Amino acid sequence: MDFFHVIVVLLESTIRVSVPLIFAALAGLFTERAGVFDIGLEGKMLGAAFAAGAVAAVTQSVWMGLLAAILISIALSLVHGYASITQRGNQIVSGVAINFIVAGSTVILGEAWFRQGGRTPALGEGSRFQTITFPFADSVREIPILGPIYSDLLSGHFLLTYVAFAMVPISWWILYRTRFGLRLRAVGENPGAVDTAGISVIWLRYRAVICCGILCGFAGAYLSLAMTAGFVKGMTAGKGYIALAALIFAKWRPFNIMLACLLFGFLDALAIRLQGNPLPLIGQVPVQLMQALPYILTVILLAGFIGKAIPPKAGGVPYVKER
Amino acid sequence: MDNIAIELRGIDKSFGPVHANKNINLKVRKGTIHGIIGENGAGKSTLMSILYGFYQADSGEILVDGKPVAIRDPNAAIAAGIGMVHQHFMLVENFTVLENVMLGAEDSQILNKGIAKARVELKRLEREYALEVNPDALIEELPVGLQQRVEILKALYRRADILILDEPTGVLTPAEADHLFRVLEQLKSQGKTIILITHKLREIMAITDEVSVMRRGEMVATRTTAETSVEELAELMVGRRVLLRVEKGEAKPGEVKLAVEGLTVKDGRGVTMVDNVSFNLRAGEIVGIAGVAGNGQSELLEAIAGIRRAVSGSVHLNGKPIDVTGHADPAELRDRGLAHVPEDRHHVGLVLKFEECENAILGYHHDKRYLNGVFLNIDAIREDAEKRIAEYDIRPPNPRLKTANFSGGNQQKIVLAREMERGPDVLIIGQPTRGVDVGAIEFIHKRIIEMRDQGKAVLLVSVELDEIRALSDRILVMFAGRVVGERDPDATEGELGLLMAGVEGRKEAAE
Repeated sequence: MDFFHVIVVLLESTIRVSVPLIFAALAGLFTERAGVFDIGLEGKMLGAAFAAGAVAAVTQSVWMGLLAAILISIALSLVHGYASITQRGNQIVSGVAINFIVAGSTVILGEAWFRQGGRTPALGEGSRFQTITFPFADSVREIPILGPIYSDLLSGHFLLTYVAFAMVPISWWILYRTRFGLRLRAVGENPGAVDTAGISVIWLRYRAVICCGILCGFAGAYLSLAMTAGFVKGMTAGKGYIALAALIFAKWRPFNIMLACLLFGFLDALAIRLQGNPLPLIGQVPVQLMQALPYILTVILLAGFIGKAIPPKAGGVPYVKER
Repeated sequence: MDNIAIELRGIDKSFGPVHANKNINLKVRKGTIHGIIGENGAGKSTLMSILYGFYQADSGEILVDGKPVAIRDPNAAIAAGIGMVHQHFMLVENFTVLENVMLGAEDSQILNKGIAKARVELKRLEREYALEVNPDALIEELPVGLQQRVEILKALYRRADILILDEPTGVLTPAEADHLFRVLEQLKSQGKTIILITHKLREIMAITDEVSVMRRGEMVATRTTAETSVEELAELMVGRRVLLRVEKGEAKPGEVKLAVEGLTVKDGRGVTMVDNVSFNLRAGEIVGIAGVAGNGQSELLEAIAGIRRAVSGSVHLNGKPIDVTGHADPAELRDRGLAHVPEDRHHVGLVLKFEECENAILGYHHDKRYLNGVFLNIDAIREDAEKRIAEYDIRPPNPRLKTANFSGGNQQKIVLAREMERGPDVLIIGQPTRGVDVGAIEFIHKRIIEMRDQGKAVLLVSVELDEIRALSDRILVMFAGRVVGERDPDATEGELGLLMAGVEGRKEAAE
C-alpha cells in the first residue's frame, strides 16, 4: 500500500467519524449561541440513535427511523429547555441529568422490547442508509491522484454525510444572514437587549433549543442507521463531549466547527490506524493518548495558548428581568 | 387637553411586601423635557419600567396622546411611540451599531434588505439629529458616550416620539453629559417629548421644563423648573432639609501615612490601567481622586489594598513598604492600619447572603474578641454588631437580618462601620455613596470628615465630582491611568471636567 493510498483511506475514515461530531457540534452551536449551555448533546445523540434503531427495526423504514430520532431528540431538548429556560435551573445539571437518564433508559427499553441485551435488531438493507456512489466513480478510480480523491474521498458516503457538510454553510447562513440568527446571537450575548426590543427571550431560546434537537437527531440517526446497522448501548461513546470540545475549540463559529470536527475525527481515525502499527522512531503510540488528544487540545485552548475562546456572554445564565 | 403626550392615572405596583408605586398620577406635556427625580429606591425606575411594558401595573391606566393604551410588553410600548434609553445599556457588545439598531425591527426574515434600509434610515437620523456614529463600528469599541447615542438612535429608529432616559449621565464625563443635553434640546425642538430620570438635582435644573418628585413610591410634587430651586427639590425628595454642602474645618495635614511611588498596574488583558502614579497621603487630610469611571481609579485602589498585583512601583504604609508587586496580604495590611471600603460592596465588600452581624466582622473574624477558642463567639459578635447598628443608624436594626435585605445605603454603612471602627491609620474608600440615598450620603460624608479630623489619612475615589469637591482637601484627577493634575477643592467644575476628559488644563498649557 503506497503512502498516498494510506492518506486517502485515513481521510476517508476521518470524514466517516467526523459526521456525528459535526452534527452535534452545530447543534450545540445553536443553543449555546442563544445562551443555553448544553452538556446534554451526548444524551440527545444517544437517545436519537436508539429511537432511530428501534423504529427502523420495527417499521423497516429508514425514514421513519430518522424521523423518530429527530422527534426524540427534540423532546429531550425541550426537557432541557423547560428546566433551564422556563424554570431557570442550572443548565449543566439539567444536561448531565439528560445524559444519565438516556444512558440508562435506552438499555432498559431496548432490553424490554428486543431482548438482545440492550441492542436493537440488526437492520437490513432497506431499513438503513446506503452509501451513494457518484457517477463514474468506478471508472475514474484509476486516474492518479484525482481518481482516488473523487472515487474514495468524495463519492461513496452516506446521504447524511453530505447533509452534515451542507449544514455547515447553512448554519452559518442562518446565524449570520437571517433575522432569526441575528436575534439568536443577540439573546446569547445580552438577553436584555432582545427583551427591550420587544422580542420574547423565552420563545427565542426555545426555538434555538429545538434547532439543537433536530441536529442532534441527525447525529444519532447517523450512528445507528448509517455508521452501523442498529443501536448498541452507549454507542455515542463520548462523541457528544468531543463535539462540545470541538464547539469550544472552534470558538463557536460554524466553519471553525467543521475544521475542529475534522481534526478530532482525524485524530480518532489515526488512533485506529496506529493500533498495532508502531511509528518509526517513536514506537507504539498509546491509543488512550490519541483518544484524549481532543480534550487535551481543548484544555490548552481554554488555558489561553491558542488564541482565546470567548463564550457567548449570557451563556449559562437564565434570563431574569431586572429589579 | 390635547397637548399631553403621556398621562399616568393611579398607577399602583407592589413586589411582594414592597409597595414600589403608590397611586401615581403624572402628566407629561408634549414637546417638553420632563424630569423625574427621587432618591434611589423611590420607585422612578419601576414607574418607567411599567411605562415601557417591562412590568404590568397592579392597577391604573396609561394614556398616550389622550387615548388609553394597554402596554403589556415593550412591543406595545414601541408601537405607542415610547422609546427608552436604559441606565445599563441594552446593547449587544460584539454587534455593530447597525445590527444593534435594527435588532427587533429587521423588517424581513433575511437580513440583506433590512440592512440596506437600516443604513439609509440611520444616515437620515444622524443628519436630522446630529447624532453621528459609524454604523459599522462594534459597540465594544465605542466610548460610553457613543454607546448611549446608539441607544438613542435605537429608539428613534423605532419612531419613538416619547423618549425615556434612565439616569443617562451616570457614566458620562461632564463634557459628554453636556453634549447629551444639547442632543436632548435638539430632540425637543423637533417635537419629541423627553422624560429624564435622575437623582442629580443639577441636571434637573439645567435642562428640564417641568419636574416631578418621587419619594418612597409616591409622586409628591410636580413643579415648573423655572419656578423651583435646588433646595426645594432636595427637601421634597428627602422629606426634610439636607445639607448639600458638607461642613468641614481646615485640614491639618501631618506626616505622610501612605506614599505611592511610580505605581503601574495592568489588567487581565495586559492593558496598562494605572500608569506610573505617585502621590503622598498625609495624616489628617482627604485626598480625592476624580475621574470618569474606567480611567484606572479602581485598579489603583485595588493595588494599594493588596487585592490586585502591580507591575512596578512601590507603596509605603507608615514608612514601611507594602509588597504591591508581589504577594501583598490584605489581612496583614489591615493589621498594619490600612482599611479598605471597596468600590463594589456587593461583590467585594459584603457577602449578601450572610447575616448583618457576620458581614460586620468579615475580615476581622480572627480578632480575639470574636473568638472562643477555635469557635466564633456569636454573642460577642452580635453584641458588637448591635452597637455599630446604633452608632451608624443602620436600619432595620436587626443584626440577624440577611444583608441582601438592607437598602444600598444601609449596606454601605455596614461596610463603613466595619472598616472605620478599628481606628485605621489610612482609610481608602471607593465610591462611598454609590447607590446610596441622600439621607445616608449626608451621614457618610460626615463620618468621613470625622475620620480626617481624628488625624486619619483618607484616600477617596468617586465618580461623583460633587462628592470629590465637597470632601477633598486635595484633588488628583486621573485620566487614562495617569494623574493628569492636582487641584484645590475650590477648582471649578469646568476646570476639573477638562482634566477628566483628558484635555490638559489651561494652567499647564500656559506654563
